Amino acid sequence: MKAVYFAWVRERVGKAEEELNPPPTVRTIEDLVAWLSRQGEGYAHAFEKPSTVRAAIDRVHARHDAPIAGAKEIAFFPPMTGG
Amino acid sequence: MADVRVQREDFDAGAEAAALARGRKDVGAIVSFVGYCRDEGGRLAALELEHYPGMAEEEMIRVVREAESRWPLIGVTAIHRYGRIAPGEQIVLVAVASAHRGEAFAAAEMLMDFLKTRAPFWKRAVRTDGVAEGWVEAKGEDEASAARWGAAEN
Repeated sequence: MKAVYFAWVRERVGKAEEELNPPPTVRTIEDLVAWLSRQGEGYAHAFEKPSTVRAAIDRVHARHDAPIAGAKEIAFFPPMTGG
Repeated sequence: MADVRVQREDFDAGAEAAALARGRKDVGAIVSFVGYCRDEGGRLAALELEHYPGMAEEEMIRVVREAESRWPLIGVTAIHRYGRIAPGEQIVLVAVASAHRGEAFAAAEMLMDFLKTRAPFWKRAVRTDGVAEGWVEAKGEDEASAARWGAAEN
């Protein structure tokens, strides 16, 4: 699956997007956040407070307990500040 | 009916609002809201707006559909800019046409509350003093404003 990052999540991770191949035990957004935060210092910093990071699955907002099976694109970003 | 645009360019708010009534005889009310970039007492040089291409448009359409499911609306135009925006410039437009003013006022307000909390845009503040620019933090009051309308259906 493809992961895309925005705003300070992107800056902390150090890239805008990448291809991810998490192990099969990673079933939900929450699992993915926990797995990603073990992938290096930037990831650990980006996901240090998981509740402050929002997620979307295939361009639709998703809760952290949402399953990721079949997802093509998962996005992580801070709470929105548009408008 | 719904006209949703995500663009770098500025827009003509008056022309967009007027276009909703052009050639129609059933429109009794148009309410439009324009959000501007303000200079925060001289401290802000500009806002840099980042967005999630694709999802920004799709989420704005979902928000408009939500409004259309709640009120009998004749037309809705929503425009959100991205990129560098200076104080005094327009950032966002919501214009709603309906038969009566009540639903147009309510829908415009709900649209803005939902756009602020659901449309994937992020503001970074560029300061006039050159000191570290920073991401604008989401405000709890914006979440509270959005929550007044109840849970979104989608």
